Order: sequence, then structure tokens, then C-alpha cells
Amino acid sequence: MSDTKEISSSNPLKRRKKFKVSDYTALFAIVVLLIVFSVLRPENFPTRTNMVTILRSISVTTVLASGLTFTMSIGGLDLSAGNMASMSGYFCASFILWYGMNQYLAIGLTIILTMMLTLITMFLIIKCHIPELLATCAMMFFLEGLGLTYAGGSAISQGLPRPSGKPAEGVFSNSFKAMGTSPTIIIIMIIVVIFAYVALNHTKYGRYIYAVGGNKTAAKLSGINIERYRLYTGMVAAAIIALAGVLVVARNTSAQVSGAASYQMPAMSAVFIGQSVLGVRKPNPFGTLVGATLVGILDNGLVMLSVPYYALNMIKGAVLGIALIAAYANTKTD
Amino acid sequence: MKLEVKNLSMEFPGVKALQNVDFEVETGEIRAVVGANGAGKSTLMKVLAGANPGYTGEIFIDGKPVEIRTPAQAKELGIEIVYQEVDTALIPTLSVAENIMMNYLISGMEKKVIVDWPKLKQEARESLSRLGLDIDVDTRVNQLPLAQKQMVLIARAVREHCNFLLLDEPTAPLSLSETQTLFEMIRRLMENEQICIIFISHRLQEITEICETLTVMRNGKIVDNRPITPEVTIQQIVETMLGRKYDDVFEHADHEVGEELFRVEDLSDTENKVHNVSFHIGKGEIVGIAGLVGAGKSELCKLLFGATKRSSGKIFYHGQELKIVNTTDAVKNGFSLVPEERRKEGVLVNETVEFNIVSACLGRLSTKLGFLRPKEQNRVALKYIELLGVKTPSEKQLVANLSGGNQQKVAVAKWLAAESDVYIFDEPTKGIDVGAKGEIFALIQKIASEGKCVIYVSCETQEILSITDRTYVMYSGRIQKELVTSRTNEEEITYYATGGTD
Repeated sequence: MSDTKEISSSNPLKRRKKFKVSDYTALFAIVVLLIVFSVLRPENFPTRTNMVTILRSISVTTVLASGLTFTMSIGGLDLSAGNMASMSGYFCASFILWYGMNQYLAIGLTIILTMMLTLITMFLIIKCHIPELLATCAMMFFLEGLGLTYAGGSAISQGLPRPSGKPAEGVFSNSFKAMGTSPTIIIIMIIVVIFAYVALNHTKYGRYIYAVGGNKTAAKLSGINIERYRLYTGMVAAAIIALAGVLVVARNTSAQVSGAASYQMPAMSAVFIGQSVLGVRKPNPFGTLVGATLVGILDNGLVMLSVPYYALNMIKGAVLGIALIAAYANTKTD
Repeated sequence: MKLEVKNLSMEFPGVKALQNVDFEVETGEIRAVVGANGAGKSTLMKVLAGANPGYTGEIFIDGKPVEIRTPAQAKELGIEIVYQEVDTALIPTLSVAENIMMNYLISGMEKKVIVDWPKLKQEARESLSRLGLDIDVDTRVNQLPLAQKQMVLIARAVREHCNFLLLDEPTAPLSLSETQTLFEMIRRLMENEQICIIFISHRLQEITEICETLTVMRNGKIVDNRPITPEVTIQQIVETMLGRKYDDVFEHADHEVGEELFRVEDLSDTENKVHNVSFHIGKGEIVGIAGLVGAGKSELCKLLFGATKRSSGKIFYHGQELKIVNTTDAVKNGFSLVPEERRKEGVLVNETVEFNIVSACLGRLSTKLGFLRPKEQNRVALKYIELLGVKTPSEKQLVANLSGGNQQKVAVAKWLAAESDVYIFDEPTKGIDVGAKGEIFALIQKIASEGKCVIYVSCETQEILSITDRTYVMYSGRIQKELVTSRTNEEEITYYATGGTD
């Protein structure tokens, strides 16, 4: 042991990585945006209320993105996560409003059904060997239609009759609605991020996931059953995606038409931005949170600057593009 | 036409791949070029094909000096090459016609924009029929079997003016009947047009069958040129190929071999690369699997390890049959594989040394619920870094930053940490320097002396001779011969590895 210690201590670079601009781009961008928006809107932007608003607004994105972090850590990709979350929303809202189900039972059942639907995706990926991008693209369309068909082509909200014409008598309880407001939604987000962090970094399963994501062949030749872990990872992601769907319903107090689909791209961007955070170079929960925060601040600040709604996405896209250029431009390795 | 090479040398960092080579061929002959692995055959071919622009020396065609610094120049001079890896030269999603007419599409159309399909297909068909082949030119190339892909490449090569056709180990991936088809095609080609074919192969038997003259290379030099007459025997060729003994001989440490622990019966795979392989290993024994590149050795390793599907056969350990359908089963049963493609298959290059070392024994290093015990992990990693002498600034260093030899040690450390019982080493010394080689050898002998079973796979006969106790020689996916290492020599192993029989 003493020998090895000598080896370690003889090298002053131990554990200290070279400083790289790209490792800090996302954090730097957050700081810059905070300053810029604070200077331009000193009364409204840098307030406690607004910070809470931002945190609340990024909650759903972060939760959904945490699910995607699992999927992308094992080398997967999921375009259908947003529509899957919408589907979960229809399930949850209908169980409570149409069938007057106990809300906890409804949430549990929603998670189980979402996982079962995800089995279709897993079948396409694992058994049919369809590339993830294509398989989840198909699922994206399928789920959108499935959800709307289930809901009868409209939203599911309190007081609205069921597709069959029967009145829907259930109501959302206050505790259910609280899940969509701060502080509960923020606490849920933090719990999910911590869960993902612990699972991916402090359990052997997380190591297996990263090993498969890093190199499938090497992982297989180390004795890891890559198909089984792809399935497990898909199931964990499904449960988190279902939770995101439930949160959207609680926030809107209804299951809107494709209510969670709009979170798909921000969530994926968050994971991509997160890969570069602090030089981890792979999807990671903390980075995902940073990525989602960046997207959230941008959203919030731009609205405050009264940027017309039709120009919002243009500016968001441009800023994300620049952040990604800085993060990826000089990463030539691998 | 005559192609002459004078005083040709080619150097790669640290290696003199070709040293003052003089070589000449004439159209109308089929010339074989043989030599052990690393003798410089492929380097010479690449020079002639314009793929090794850094050569020194002179090249003449019909006495006129020429420069061949790019593949385009080689083509200009009528020199075409078909590499062994046919898939790198074909575009799989395009049709046979397009692939054959590739040169025309890229540089022959000049100012034309519209592709004349009937003409394109007609010309492709014509070049196939010159070879006596009947392949539908509308087929997509990725739907063809490998042998036919090769034909498509040859058809492309001889379509325009081709005087010298270089075939770099064309038969290595082919079955015996496919090889016969290829030979028929070559003979037909030689009948119809006066070209020269330079043929590289490790299979000496087929060389005596198809070639008229023979060039033997060894250590970057040409050591023999002779016509192939019925009197030339494989034995003679092998002797010239090997010449003197290699310089670096490793000491063979004696260790005791105990009772039989491991047995394989009648193992075959579904890919048709391994046929009815049976062998056994004793306690503490190092068993070699010798054979040429492409003999099915790596495939056998993967098959034993459950990474590919078995179509028949049984594996026994301690007299009990093991159920191995995937790699997880293999690891559970105490198997380990140090694969040939180290960076692609053996280690996770973008992870740390520690991550790699503990990756196969995480079950032991985590709590019942699966939570990692970082201190335990660190202890195990440090233990094996020290034990194997892995040169790394710290256990948190990325494996990508280590040298090849140290990466290999990490790949071995992973299995030592997993406390495996059966070790499979597939070309463990590939791409590592002589010093590290010695260390890896010492390590393997230490593993064996602890009573484990070791399978050592290599195409380097010298390594097989220095480290193994017993050797099985593979040829075309089969075990050709079992030899006791102390009672055999390089000639004998090479004889069986090139298809010789008792």
C-alpha cells in the first residue's frame, strides 16, 4: 500500500483536472444571464419571488430530463418521453376525475401503466434491434394518438364530461394541486435529482449503466447483461417520466391535450448541456439540473424583457446553440 | 509489361517494415508473396498501390522510372489492389452496378451530370461476365455474401486497364468452396487477358495450387524467389519463411500441471466460424491456441465466453457441465476474457483505472442493496495497481491516457480482482512493447502457478512456444492438431496452421 501512495503523491496533478473553458460554459452562461437580466429588469428579475418562480418553472423540465438522463447514460435516446408523460397525465387525470379513484392509487397505477407502455419501446429497441432514435420516434407519434384517443380527443379537466357523455364527478384534492405549486414541486424535483445522482453514481447498477453507455462491447465482455440493464434503465426512466406527467397535471389542474409534449426538447437540451458541465462528459443528474436551470432562466428573463412570444424560441435556440458551441467546439477527444 | 522495384525501403516509427527490397513481376504470371506475420508483405503491396507514400527507392515500369505516391497514380499505371477488408472499399447501400462503376461515377463522367443507367449497368454486367460471374447488378451490395463482395471488388479493379492486380489475403475469410470459386475466376481471368496477379496468402497449400512463382519475405526483406514446381513442399516454404529463430525468446518457467479441470466438447458456433472444437485444460496449465489470423481463434474465445451463440457443444468445469448462454453466465462461472481489441473491447477508455479494475467485481464491492462502497473499491484498485505494476499517476487517471501495455494490465487486473478461475487471453501482447510483453508473460505464469486454467491465444508462434504447456493448432475454425509445446517447434506449428495434415 505504501508504494502506491508514493506513486499517487509523487504526482502533483493527482485528481486535479486541467482547466477547460468548456467545462464551465453552462455555469458561466447562467451567471451571465442572471447579471444581464438583473441589470435590465432590476425591479422584477432579481427578486426572491421570481427566483422561486424560475425554480418552479424548471421543475417539470428537470424531472423529465432526469428520466432522460438515465436513458442517455446507457447510450439510449428517447424522443417519446414528452408524449409518454402526456399519456401518464391522461391516465392520472382520468383515474381521479372519471373514476373518482384515490389520488395515491391513481398515481401508482399511472406509474405502472407508463412502465407497461414503455415495454413496447423496449421491445422495439432490445428485441427488434431498431435504433433508439427511430423506435422512439415511432413511439412518439403512437403515444400522441393513443393519448388523444383515450381522452376522447380533448382535455381531461374538472367538470368536463367523459367522452361517453357521462358526467365526471371526481375532483382534484388540494393536496394533489399542491404538487404543482411551490414548494412541493421544487422539493419533488430536488428529490428526483438526488435519487438519480445516488442511483447513477453510488450504486453498482449506475456503474453498469455508464459502462454500457461508454462501450457496449467492452461492457458485454465484462459480463454485464446489456439487454437486461437497458430494460431496467428504461423502466426507471418510465417511472420518472410518469411522475413528470403527473406534475404537469397537478400544475394545470387538468390533463391538457399533449400537455407534456412541449417539455421534450427543453429536457433533451438540458441533458445535452449537462454533459459538458464540470467536464463530466457524460449525461449526469447534476449537469442536467444545471442545463434545465439555464433553459428556465432564459425563458423567464426573456418574457420579462417583453420579447414577443413569437420571437422567444428564436432567441432561446440561438443562446442554446452558442452555449453548445462553447461546450463542444474544442472537445476533440473520443 | 514488367514492374520492377529496386532498393525499396519503408520505415514506420520504430520499425523498418521494408529494407532494401528488390522485386520484379511480369504480366502473365501469378505470383505468391508469403511470410510470417509482420514480414512486410502488406507494406510492400501498399507501396505498390500508392497507399504508403513515404517509401524510398525506385520503381520502374518497363524500365521507365515511375512514382507511386497516391492510389490515383497507381491506378494510372494499371496497378489495382483488393484489400482483405472488402467492406471498407464498398458502399454497402449502393447497387453492384454502382460499386463496380465507382471510378467511372467519380472521375469518369467529367462534365456529364445525368447518369446513363442502361449504359452503367451494361458495362457492369460486361465486367462481371469477363470474370465468368453471374451476379445481378441491381442487387444492393450489403445483401451479397462476403465472397461475392470480393468478386465485385475484383470486377471493379479489372474493369479499366489493369495490368497488375494485387490480392491481399483474399482467401482468409473464405470457405474452401468459395476459395475454389475464386481460383476458377482467377484462372479464367489469366486465360482471357494478360495481366499479373500478386497473391498474398497464409495458406501455403492453396498457393502451391494456384501460383506459378513464389516470393518469400522475412523481417522486411525478400529472402527467396523461386518458381513453384511440384517438388516444392510446404515444409520447405515454411523453413524459408521462418529462417533463423526470433531474437526475443522468453524464458519458460516451469510449473506443475495438475488434474484436468476444464473440458470443452464438440463446440461450434452459429456463425460457422468455429467447428467441433474439443480440448481440455489441467489445473495450473497454460494451453495455447495457435493458428493464423482468421483461423477462428478469436471467435473461439468469444464463443467460450458466451459472447456469441453456440450451435453445439458442452463446456465442463470440475466435471460439471456449465450453462453459459451469455457473458454474465460466463463471469458467474469464473471465466474471464482479455479480448484482442483492447481499446474497443477490453477496457473502458473514457473511465478511470479504478472504474475499470472494479467493473467485474462490483457485486462484491457494494452493499446488499447495491450501494457502492467507495473505500473498498479504492482499496481493491490500489492493490491490483501495485500487484501488476500499472504505471499510472493515480487510480483516478483515465485509461485512455495510459500506454498500451498498461492498458492491458488494467484489462488483466479487472479479472484478477474478479477472482476468476479460467483466463482466456486473446492476443494479449498485440501492440505492446517487448518490456511490457515480458511483464504480461510473467503475470500469466503467475496466474497459472496459482492453479488457474489459462488459455493463451496468439498468431505469434514464438509466443506460443515460450509460454504454453500444450498447444492446439487451429485452421479454418477447426483444431488441426494437438501438440506438447516442449516437443514441438515453429516449423511444426506453422505446418499445421497453414493447413498441413498428418
